[in-house]
Amino acid sequence: MNIIVVGLSHKTAAVEIREKVAFSPNQIEKPLGELIRLEGIIEGVIVSTCNRVEIYATTRDIAGGIARIKRFMAEYHHLPFELLEPHLYSYHAESAIRHVFRVASSLDSMIIGEPQILGQIKTSYGYAAEFKSSGIILNRFLHKAFSVAKRVRTETRIASSAVSVAFAAVELAKKILGCLSDKTVMLIGAGEMCELAAKHFLNSGAKGVMVTNRTFERAEKLADEFGGEAVRFESLFEHLHRADIVLSSTGAPHCIIGPQDVKEVLKRRRFKPIFFIDIAVPRDIDPKVDEIENAYLFTVDHLQEIIQANLAQRSLEAEKAEEIINQEIGQFHKWLSTLEVTPTIVALRNRFDEIRRVELDKTITGWKELPPDAEKRLESLTIAMMNKLLHAPTSALKQAGQGGRVDLYVDALRQLFQLEALPHDNEELELEE
Amino acid sequence: MTHLFFYLTVTLYGCATIAYLACLIRTSPWITLWAARILTAGFTAHMLSTIHLASKMKYLPITNMQESLSFFGLAIVGAFIFFERKYKVTTLGSFIVPIALMMLIASSSLHGEVRQLHPVLQSNWFWFHALLAFVSYACFTIAAGVAVVYLIQNHFLKTKRLGALFQKLPSLETMDEISYRCLTVGFPLLTFAIISGSIWSEKAMGSYWVWDHKQTWSLIIWLIYAALLHGRLTIGWRGKRAAILSIIGFVVILFTFFTMKHSITW
Repeated sequence: MNIIVVGLSHKTAAVEIREKVAFSPNQIEKPLGELIRLEGIIEGVIVSTCNRVEIYATTRDIAGGIARIKRFMAEYHHLPFELLEPHLYSYHAESAIRHVFRVASSLDSMIIGEPQILGQIKTSYGYAAEFKSSGIILNRFLHKAFSVAKRVRTETRIASSAVSVAFAAVELAKKILGCLSDKTVMLIGAGEMCELAAKHFLNSGAKGVMVTNRTFERAEKLADEFGGEAVRFESLFEHLHRADIVLSSTGAPHCIIGPQDVKEVLKRRRFKPIFFIDIAVPRDIDPKVDEIENAYLFTVDHLQEIIQANLAQRSLEAEKAEEIINQEIGQFHKWLSTLEVTPTIVALRNRFDEIRRVELDKTITGWKELPPDAEKRLESLTIAMMNKLLHAPTSALKQAGQGGRVDLYVDALRQLFQLEALPHDNEELELEE
Repeated sequence: MTHLFFYLTVTLYGCATIAYLACLIRTSPWITLWAARILTAGFTAHMLSTIHLASKMKYLPITNMQESLSFFGLAIVGAFIFFERKYKVTTLGSFIVPIALMMLIASSSLHGEVRQLHPVLQSNWFWFHALLAFVSYACFTIAAGVAVVYLIQNHFLKTKRLGALFQKLPSLETMDEISYRCLTVGFPLLTFAIISGSIWSEKAMGSYWVWDHKQTWSLIIWLIYAALLHGRLTIGWRGKRAAILSIIGFVVILFTFFTMKHSITW
């Protein structure tokens, strides 16, 4: 049994192509049904996001399976096959396992380490499970992919660092102020980045927001939006001591907060640290503020530097993640290849035993006068013969299971001895964990 | 038995030190988990070693440098385990556990002579005094470790060098909280230790305060931490200055501990 992957992503296809082959989650039942009715395809899962469309399937016939899924993708979306084909990639066996593990771990994403992809695959798998297009192998496979992704997430720092200004500011605030749940944000001026950062702070649990602006109405409007408090610009310094995080982005030509102001504010708040983020150009906050103890000033350039460093860090961490994936591929591949060994051995034994019984019965009923013990002796004789004959193929099969050439042996045995179909081809087995 | 447990303790603390230092370099929940487990195992062995020695000698093993160093280490590790569980500050261990390990190694290099316990030590006030003093010293050791980490983090923030180490070490707020907690627990204990010590001094030598080195330096330590706590409570003294003072306090404790033999016993 083989796992195959066919699909396209941001790396192989522009958005104009990607949007044409996207599967809508509302009507996913139809393509899933058609997919598993394709000849030779046993199980199937469709993952469709804005950056990738991929089909995971199991089949006995790798080349045929891949070709049929490629055709299916074109035909389902009424696209000329020649147009779609150059953008499609396909993987099978170990490389398919690696690909899906990498995708789930966000190593194949546009921004390495972004967290959405795992959720998207989980949702896609959810549909496949709901409409019964995935079976024992894909169930196990995707659960494994989820646990690999989790391992990558916890054991590397691939997703732990912020790659947007707003997130970098929140992360930094946590490093200075600890838990944000009792912290207040002060927003000075307006501006997209500032508002976005304020939103992130609130999402990260900040207690409240104060907003101030030269035009008080704007401050009020923004304060309403955040459920915060509007402060008149003239009375900024009467309220500044209540803020733990100060986000500033006014259009003022000069600094509006100087070191002396900050010193007084700090005294009023009994030297509890303040985190200043200056997003304005020209700057709103005098750089000397950073020299004051318990005041921490970061400009947008500092935050950009952090982001650049984080992106570099992510690529480094990605290497560690690849190592983890390598380990996990080995394990899963082993499970997959031994999956068919035991049922095949059992089927082979049953087949032999069946022949033996039939022939034994024939012999015994044809015998007129049976010497004492003959029946017992014949029984032992045939069993011994059967065991001797089966010994070599059984151990060869077990060894093949460890060496990874198992498909060849399983298929040969099934055909040579006309064994019945393997159980997971048509029945659903309990998902073993 | 005591020796067996003791060497087991040194080995386990050694492994724990390596594990905690590894935590600074690598991010792995596995290392974090095992660092804590090894340390707890080491602490248990240390505890058993101490209890075994105590039951054999029929006194608390804090009467000479060898015993005291080991007991100091025990108190430090105990306090650290408490704070690690409470605040999830694994990386602090990279700064605290080596201190305990060094104390144990120093302790093992000394020879405890078999001797009769000096009669002046056979007073409940002495045991009470010594026990309180060790627990308060352990709190101040943690506070000093936290202060070092605080200064490192503060330096990173001020110079905008926010690398991997910065990410791993705890937040300023967490360290401030731990340091405050250490101070509010350690200071009253130290106060009671000095009071019980002077009561014992009165019983043993007939005077509450003899101005010997030990008592004088204890008073200096007490004044340093009193200043620190006072500054914190009245004007909100925190951050860099508090951290530096906390480190100075710890250096004075070490100085007192290692250089002053108690005038009457050692």
